[in-house]
Amino acid sequence: MPQKATSQKSKQVSPKVASQSIKTAPLKAVKPAVKKKDDENATDMGDVADEWMQGKTLLKPPDQLQLSEAELKEELTRVLTANNPHAPQNIVRYSFKERCYKPISNVDQLAIHFSLDGNMLHKDSDEARRQKARTSIAEEYVADSTAVDGSEDGRKENLGPDEEKESEDKGSRGKKEQKLTNQFNFSERASQTHNNPLREKASQTEPPPRANFSATTNQWEIYDYYIVELQKQERTKEKQKAPPVKKEDEKSKKKQSTTESQSDDITKVSPKVVQILERMVNQNRFDDIAQDFKYFEDASDEFREQEGTLLPLWKFQYEKAKKLAVTALCWSQVYKDLFAVGHGSYDFTKQGHGMLLFYSLKNSTYPEFIFKTDSGIMCLDIHVGHPHLVAVGFYDGSVAVYNMKEMGSQPIHKSTAMTGKHTDPVWQVKWQKDDMDNHPNFFSVSSDGRVTSWTLVKNELMYMDVIKLSVDGVALEGQGDDQLPTMACGTSFDFHKQIDYLYIVGTAEGKIHKCSKAYSSQFLETYNAHNMAVDAVRWNHFHPKVFISCSADWTVKIWDQTINTPMFTFDLNAPVGDVAWAPYSSTVFAAVTTDGKVHVFDLNVNKYKAICEQLVVAKKKNKLTHVEFNPVHPIIIVGDDRGYVTCLKVSPNLRKMPKEKKGQDVPKGPEVEVAKMEKILSLLREPTSAVKK
Amino acid sequence: MDKKDEADYKRTHSFALVRGSDMPDEMRAETIEMCVTALEKFASDNEKAAKMIKETMDKTFGSLWNVVIGESFGLDITHDVKGLLYFYFCTVAICIWKCS
Repeated sequence: MPQKATSQKSKQVSPKVASQSIKTAPLKAVKPAVKKKDDENATDMGDVADEWMQGKTLLKPPDQLQLSEAELKEELTRVLTANNPHAPQNIVRYSFKERCYKPISNVDQLAIHFSLDGNMLHKDSDEARRQKARTSIAEEYVADSTAVDGSEDGRKENLGPDEEKESEDKGSRGKKEQKLTNQFNFSERASQTHNNPLREKASQTEPPPRANFSATTNQWEIYDYYIVELQKQERTKEKQKAPPVKKEDEKSKKKQSTTESQSDDITKVSPKVVQILERMVNQNRFDDIAQDFKYFEDASDEFREQEGTLLPLWKFQYEKAKKLAVTALCWSQVYKDLFAVGHGSYDFTKQGHGMLLFYSLKNSTYPEFIFKTDSGIMCLDIHVGHPHLVAVGFYDGSVAVYNMKEMGSQPIHKSTAMTGKHTDPVWQVKWQKDDMDNHPNFFSVSSDGRVTSWTLVKNELMYMDVIKLSVDGVALEGQGDDQLPTMACGTSFDFHKQIDYLYIVGTAEGKIHKCSKAYSSQFLETYNAHNMAVDAVRWNHFHPKVFISCSADWTVKIWDQTINTPMFTFDLNAPVGDVAWAPYSSTVFAAVTTDGKVHVFDLNVNKYKAICEQLVVAKKKNKLTHVEFNPVHPIIIVGDDRGYVTCLKVSPNLRKMPKEKKGQDVPKGPEVEVAKMEKILSLLREPTSAVKK
Repeated sequence: MDKKDEADYKRTHSFALVRGSDMPDEMRAETIEMCVTALEKFASDNEKAAKMIKETMDKTFGSLWNVVIGESFGLDITHDVKGLLYFYFCTVAICIWKCS
């Protein structure tokens, strides 16, 4: 309303105050006094205008407010404030605290009409300092170069202060350089050393062994136990009448009882069971040998025309017999896997005890039976009919008979000086068929020149000299005292397989005598066989006329008993220890020499040379002493002077049977063998007979 | 009679009677000796005796021995091999075992 009034007043004096209205509209903070001045100005102007407007009547616009005089004279004050007319006066804001709209009392009244950003920085602001630094570095560079030159020159003169200065400069430069890290002249380099790869290792120790134990105790159990213990103690006290029992005694008793029970356990196991177990273990251990023994046939023999080989199987040795030489070997005729080994010494100077061992092929590690003897054994023979009886000849000249059924280590019979023992070593013993009274009897030959027959009569050993050997001929009884018969030394003999009374004896002079049991004073025939002692003579198993002999003069000779000269002579390049005919063929024989070789001959195949010559023992130092064929299996055992017995398998080539002609039945058996031998001999006989003639 | 029996019994049973043992002999002898000493020392208090036994065993034979002394108990334990001793002494039974 006042506004309108104002405008009305101004309009009222419009002719006078036309300019006045222009002036008053923009001015706000003007006092009424000023207004009055304007009025005065306006009146001045108005005076001028009055004159102009006197002639006119007051024009009123049609919509002007009609006011009374009093209203028109009313003074209205107009106030000019500095408030921004555009600023709102009634701002309301929501207050979350009171949850209602509240008017804001202070409203910002500032109105910016014009703004201009200047480019002036305060001296101490960050930006200004940075700028300063930049500009100052630029200055420093220039200054530094001059300083360095100066310092270089100055170094020669004053090192101390210049250096300080230089370092100082550099230090300050470094500091300043540190700050200067921007992306334009700052480069970073990094590297990493190679780290060794890590490996984890873990292990766990074995926990200590643990055991469980459970028990219950009660008063009565304690009491009972004590009573029992006391009773036991009283009993032992009565038995031993020992001093009062202490804890140590108890403990020692307990120890004793435990050891006793342990030893009982082992002996309770029957020895037979142990034996079987031992054999089982040995069979497992030497399984491959057992397989070879049974089934192996050397296939390469097909490619070898005539030669054969000996496959080594088991090796038997007994530690206590290691120093003793093998002096005798004999297979048992009844138990085909059992053989006897006699140990002694051939050396005249080293005579000690001897051993008689029995081995079985089933257990090659330990002998089945062991007999220890005082004197070295020189020969042995197992009875065919009574396989428990073994005749043994000793170095000291005595003979003994062992009974294997008895466990004792002593022979059941032994010859003494009174009962006709020989005065020199007994070289060969051989069982004979039981005599008419069914007494077992055997023959022995010795270096004292006697061939003696021994008979077991009612637990006694009775002897009878069968023949006395002499150098020239048979020692004739009743010869004059002036001529002492020089006794020949018998070194070996063999009885004919078919003709019971016929036997041959080999002597140390190299002669072989054919004798008969019937004639005790005369030889049937004498052969000048060898140059040295005859080590072995053997009749052929099949042919009734053939026998073989070997000697230390390196030869093996085959004889026909009807002819004085040998049919075959083989030189083996070493002293021959033993020779044996093969039980399966009349033409096969094996000889062993002191250089460790076994020679196998087959006259059917090769009449001049061995078909197998093989080194059997590891070192050549081992002299082979004896060889024996097994009656059934194709194996031979060879004994040497170190106490070893080696078992070898004969390869197929060495066991050849004559080839069958197609369509013809070849009769097998001894006849064939005889015929074979006869054929070979007949070839020789013609020329010999021619020679004779 | 009863009193006499009792006294007799106390006298006659005053030795260690081993029921079960796993230890080597010298170890066992030493242990029994030491236990008897402990029991005689702490005749009335089994706990103290057990404590003494256990401590001595730990010191002499290595750690972790367990000792049970009593007149009537049952047990089922796992022990280290060569570390068990179970014996009677007078009216009590003592079981010592090692379980490390």
